[in-house]
Amino acid sequence: MENFEPTIIAFVCNWCTYTAADLAGTSRLFYPKNIRLIRVMCTGMVDPQYIIKAFLEGADSVLISGCHPGDCHYINGNYKARRRIKLLKEILPQFGFDPQRLRLTWIGASDGIQFAEIMRDLTLQMKALGPSQTKLKMVI
Amino acid sequence: MTITAKIDLTGHNPLEALQQFFADILKTENITSILVPQRLPPKNTVMPTLVTDASLLEGVDPLAPAFPMNASRIAARLTRKPMGGKMAAVLRPCEIRAFIELIKLKQARKEDVLLISVDCLGAFQNKEYLKFAGQNGKEATLRFYKNVMNGNVAEAEGLEFAPACKACEYPVSENADIQIGLYGLQTGESILVKAQTEAGDRILNQMKLPETNETQERRTVIDGIISKHTGYRDSMFTETREATNSLEKMSAYFASCVNCYNCRVACPVCYCKECVFVTDVFNHDPSQYLQWAKRKGIIKMPTDTLFYHLTRLAHMSTACVGCGQCSNACPNEIPVMELFRTIAHATQQAFDYQAGKSIEQEPPLSTFREDEFQEVVGITN
Ligand code: SF4
Ligand code: SF4
Ligand code: FES
Repeated sequence: MENFEPTIIAFVCNWCTYTAADLAGTSRLFYPKNIRLIRVMCTGMVDPQYIIKAFLEGADSVLISGCHPGDCHYINGNYKARRRIKLLKEILPQFGFDPQRLRLTWIGASDGIQFAEIMRDLTLQMKALGPSQTKLKMVI
Repeated sequence: MTITAKIDLTGHNPLEALQQFFADILKTENITSILVPQRLPPKNTVMPTLVTDASLLEGVDPLAPAFPMNASRIAARLTRKPMGGKMAAVLRPCEIRAFIELIKLKQARKEDVLLISVDCLGAFQNKEYLKFAGQNGKEATLRFYKNVMNGNVAEAEGLEFAPACKACEYPVSENADIQIGLYGLQTGESILVKAQTEAGDRILNQMKLPETNETQERRTVIDGIISKHTGYRDSMFTETREATNSLEKMSAYFASCVNCYNCRVACPVCYCKECVFVTDVFNHDPSQYLQWAKRKGIIKMPTDTLFYHLTRLAHMSTACVGCGQCSNACPNEIPVMELFRTIAHATQQAFDYQAGKSIEQEPPLSTFREDEFQEVVGITN
């Protein structure tokens, strides 16, 4: 799978991780083009449904990333997001999804360097893991 | 002290005794109506009825192996706002557990309702009940009751209980205000009436029934049923996991699903006023379907079948009470309950939660702790 380019869908909150991504960009830091950012106001608005849809459409990995605990701009959206990730990590592996494909991180607004690092690491991990089973097959 | 009393069956069959008991409940002060399943002529369908006139309880039949719907939804509809009087509701244990979930979802209220439950004898699938009841539903119920007490329903009727009932670990309600006991008593002699809350106590106090004690014999019989059902449930979990442990197998599992969403309509705890799957969000443009088809060369129509089932699992599995109405409602005999219970068991365990257990236990997805589930954070674990 040397030439395999994973698709990574990242739901990032407007106030922290998106700002970090912006900072990474303005600081001219490199991170792989495999990441497709979807900006949301808060990780607390990511319904499990969005994550399931991304996987069924062939995403190799889904990342949810927002403010550190205590920093959420809507007070507790990230705590709720963490419970939803916990929930999906119980449900999805039952159907053969590798739980490593679903990730949650906290990346603060000033962590541009960390943002780029995590994106690089995640891309390498997914390259090693290979394509997700939904990519090529018909999913009903 | 909570009251445990008995109703003597001398000269009565249990249905007549229950009819009398419910009529008496209706006459106690502050109960103005009763929600109770009754056989409706001419087809012996058993449906919930809301009764205010104690003389109109002729067809009362909470023992029939008929479970056309989870009546917690009806109870929720009747209690979401004050109705102008207190209602008694006769529900199966799984209906009470669903009702408790609905209270926590703020779709029902406990204030104006007295919950009554009868030891659950189990039910057949819808189609089978109608065949079973035939011409004389009452006679069929009484025969069924005896067969359950003797533990030989399958042999005597040539019919199997619905899988949800075979896998049910709650044949006796823990949360009913008044629990009516049948198991572990001398068949045909008496039935037990037990207050489990203060509200139940207040009502039984007014009724002045002869008091009695719950016997060890009764506990043993119930424990026996629970352990038999738990055994069935666990093998069901193993088989279902095996049958769905890859996306291909999941596709096969739902191959005949037509996206009718009956399973969701029948589900007592799928809580949305309007499910996202019936909104315009899923009324895709024709060109969108073509694009999807082009990507893989083929798509199955209707689309979004697994998407729907996986989403529903994420939305409601922590509240699933295992009543089996999803399977009952499926036109294509997909074992929906089997999968939903299997996953629900895992998700409820993950949050240390038991759906329908108590009003106090917070629903996992409407709460959080600041310091928990660190293991799902980060990209190295
Ligand atoms: S599937 Fe989800 S969106 Fe649809 S009714 Fe159930 S909980 Fe609501
Ligand atoms: S009831 Fe059966 S056919 Fe209808 S949506 Fe549910 S699983 Fe599919
Ligand atoms: S605003 Fe960033 S996680 Fe809520």
